[in-house]
Amino acid sequence: MGNYLLRRLTFALPSLLGISLILFALLALAPGDPFGELATNPNIPPEVREALRIKFGIDDPILIRYFHWLVAMLHGDWGFSFASRVDVDRLILQRVPTTLYVVGTAQLLALAVALPVGTFAAMRPYSIFDQVANTFAFIGFSLPTFFTGLLLILIFSVNLGWLPFVYRVDIAANGWQWYWEFFKQAIMPITVLGLFQAASYTRYVRSAVLDVIRLDYVTTARSKGLAERKVIVKHVVRNALIPVVTLVALQMPSVFGGAIVTEQIFRIPGIGSLLISAILANDTPVIMAVTFVFACLVVLFNLLADIIYGWLDPRISYR
Amino acid sequence: MNERELRSLVADVKAGRLSRRKFVQSMVALGLTAPMAAMMLSEAGVAKAETAVPYKAPKAGGGGPVKLLLWQAPTLLNPHFAIGTKDQEACRLFYEPLAGYDQDGNLVPILAAEIPSKDNDGLKEDGLSVVWKLKKGVKWHDGKPFTADDVVFNWEYAKNPGTAAVSIATYQDIKLIEKIDDYTVHLSFAQPTPFWAQAFCGPYGMVIPKHLFADYAGGKSRDAPSNLKPVGTGPYLFVDFKPGDTVLGKRNPDYHVEGRPYFDTIEIKGGGDAVSAARAVLQTGEYDYGWNMQVEDEILQKLENGGQGKVSVVPTGNIEFIALNSADPNVEVDGERASIKTKHPLFSDSAVREAINLLIDRGAIQKYIYGRIGVATAAFLNNPERFRTKKTGFEFNIEKANQILEAAGWKKGSDGIRAKDGKQLKFVYQTSINSPRQKNQAIVKQACQKAGIEVELKSVVASVFFSSDTANPDTYSHFYCDAEMYQTTMTQPDPGFFMNQFVSWEVATKANKWQGRNISRWQNKEYDELFTKAQQELDTVKRAAMFIQLNDIVCGDHYILPESNRPRATALKKGMVTHQSGWDNDLWQIANWYRES
Repeated sequence: MGNYLLRRLTFALPSLLGISLILFALLALAPGDPFGELATNPNIPPEVREALRIKFGIDDPILIRYFHWLVAMLHGDWGFSFASRVDVDRLILQRVPTTLYVVGTAQLLALAVALPVGTFAAMRPYSIFDQVANTFAFIGFSLPTFFTGLLLILIFSVNLGWLPFVYRVDIAANGWQWYWEFFKQAIMPITVLGLFQAASYTRYVRSAVLDVIRLDYVTTARSKGLAERKVIVKHVVRNALIPVVTLVALQMPSVFGGAIVTEQIFRIPGIGSLLISAILANDTPVIMAVTFVFACLVVLFNLLADIIYGWLDPRISYR
Repeated sequence: MNERELRSLVADVKAGRLSRRKFVQSMVALGLTAPMAAMMLSEAGVAKAETAVPYKAPKAGGGGPVKLLLWQAPTLLNPHFAIGTKDQEACRLFYEPLAGYDQDGNLVPILAAEIPSKDNDGLKEDGLSVVWKLKKGVKWHDGKPFTADDVVFNWEYAKNPGTAAVSIATYQDIKLIEKIDDYTVHLSFAQPTPFWAQAFCGPYGMVIPKHLFADYAGGKSRDAPSNLKPVGTGPYLFVDFKPGDTVLGKRNPDYHVEGRPYFDTIEIKGGGDAVSAARAVLQTGEYDYGWNMQVEDEILQKLENGGQGKVSVVPTGNIEFIALNSADPNVEVDGERASIKTKHPLFSDSAVREAINLLIDRGAIQKYIYGRIGVATAAFLNNPERFRTKKTGFEFNIEKANQILEAAGWKKGSDGIRAKDGKQLKFVYQTSINSPRQKNQAIVKQACQKAGIEVELKSVVASVFFSSDTANPDTYSHFYCDAEMYQTTMTQPDPGFFMNQFVSWEVATKANKWQGRNISRWQNKEYDELFTKAQQELDTVKRAAMFIQLNDIVCGDHYILPESNRPRATALKKGMVTHQSGWDNDLWQIANWYRES
């Protein structure tokens, strides 16, 4: 096990290096530059733009810039944002709680919906409940979040006026009022993200349960005279959930990475909206840091998923 | 309009035969800026109208929270680093300039005790110096007094290239700023400066405190803690700032204007898109103010019908125009296309340019695309009617365009496209990706087709089109294309800077990495000479006459085809009273905003 872990980690390092090099090169080759906005402003002479470019080292060769970045990153210096003239880690840390709250809750909601619905549908395949659940699942993951988001805004904010559609981090209220306001503004984005995720989870849980429910040991359990409830909870779901756990673990990076589209629609100041505004402003250090952290998380959670998998299912051994 | 006529107009205002506002409006229509027009009047000794900033708030403070929505989020709070207007607007809560510009271009004192003029010995005949008297009793938010030292420091800070301030252009030409006493500063210019009200006025004039920034001038500028925690003189105290998201402020109880501001707290929320921002103000009323409503007028009107709020429109000098390339973009000379050594094969024929000018349906563009936020103009020389000349008239006439082309020898071929000497009338017309602009392109293309001109449309992503990337041939300044459309903003109060985008030494070439401001590469000796003269002319009226003539020369040659003037639209919730100005930031009078009950 220890050996396996070591081997996986040594493989992770070069792949992270490779990812960072590719990301950096792509960004360097992409058109546009962080001071493009200055170019259209006649008040700002070109010399200022040149001075800024030299100051921030944008005119150096790509490889040199890459090494500067890498060395700084190894020292824990993530660089600083050209647009805000603030350290990048500060920008990112400011946004993590919001993203964790919204995307994390959405994941929980997705699981809370998908597990019972998927299991129930698999217990009686092709029943009316199964058909309805399937239909909704298909609709759910066919509709993009930008559509459902706007739809919800139209219904609940514009027509009914029940919920706000601009997400605010600083709410001027105290006690329970504050919690309520905080929850109220998150209802729509969480619903949009959660139901979208729930749709694909449901399909997945259903097929995993279907795979298990027909196995001989389930029949044995039933013929022992165990209650149906016990058979499902203790024997079926426990085994069926092993692949689902992997799937959820692989979704975890996105909990930190945020949801770009949904965050933009509801103006949620999360990592996703930070990334998109950094891309629009050509703020390379921010793009680089966010995407690289995201890449690290993907590698890490992949590893974690593999380890959990083996722990849940002892039939799998590490070599 | 020549100098004599201008003088008689000024005299009319002085005698009360013409209203001040009318005069300013006509000057703006002539391509001047309102601040410049106001300066002409003050030089002529026309008593300055007391700028009316109506303020009828029921009491000082107690207005509760006010919520502002900007669809571009502020990313920094140091006015000297403010890249876009979004950042300047946010800075306006905390920082103030010595004076701001009102809607008619008049200077309105903010941190200054009075506006410098010849009467109060603030200005000299030679145009080499300005004396500013500062308001007394102004305190920074941390309790320290605001003095002349702060003003001098801002000049030193901004002009230092190491600071990399975006306000450097405003301050680097000032030779010296001296402190006369604690409340008087003396500015001297290296050469006669007819337009002196640039430094310390308006968006680039906001003053930062010396005691907090003195250690962070030059190379260390980005380390200043106050870059993110502003301490200014403004009506609101800093509470919190999340770059790219929110700015929070609370009422400054010691603000230097008695009884202001009205609101107890202020919040600026950023991000999202313009349409949903309009919705949040005009339809659901979640916010009190929506910034820069770049939304099609049709949508705005629909939202306004709900009765929750309205759109306020203020005139600006921003012009959306089509530029025709005077060089040939299809021939490469010394590794550079559209080199000034070449001539455009089609547009060098003045008949073609004249015909294209007639084929832009400016009326339809205003009616169907921009509405209130894009007023058709064929030239700066368009309104009011008595200034409209035949030469630059605003006309849409396919038949006439056909006649002109026919007369110039461009005959229709079997495919319906006109040709002359084997050259077909075909050209490529580019702009940035933006839905109104694409509609605009289509309108021009259709009309051209009817006149036997084939237009190929091209659209480039805005972040590429407006970038300064020297390696990318698709930027607007490379102009490797026959025609292009974009907007030129006239935020700077002096038209001198605006007009230098047509002088021959500003031509964008490979040699200057396409950073020259003359994009169409149009060159004209007469223009160059006149421009040089105007730069040194101290008599404001003479100078204004020169600028009008410059305008005439550019527009009359039809390489530059103005399309529409773009006023600034703002969404306001019912009851909000604000004071916008097209020559300054939207929030320039934020201290005087209030809510009617």
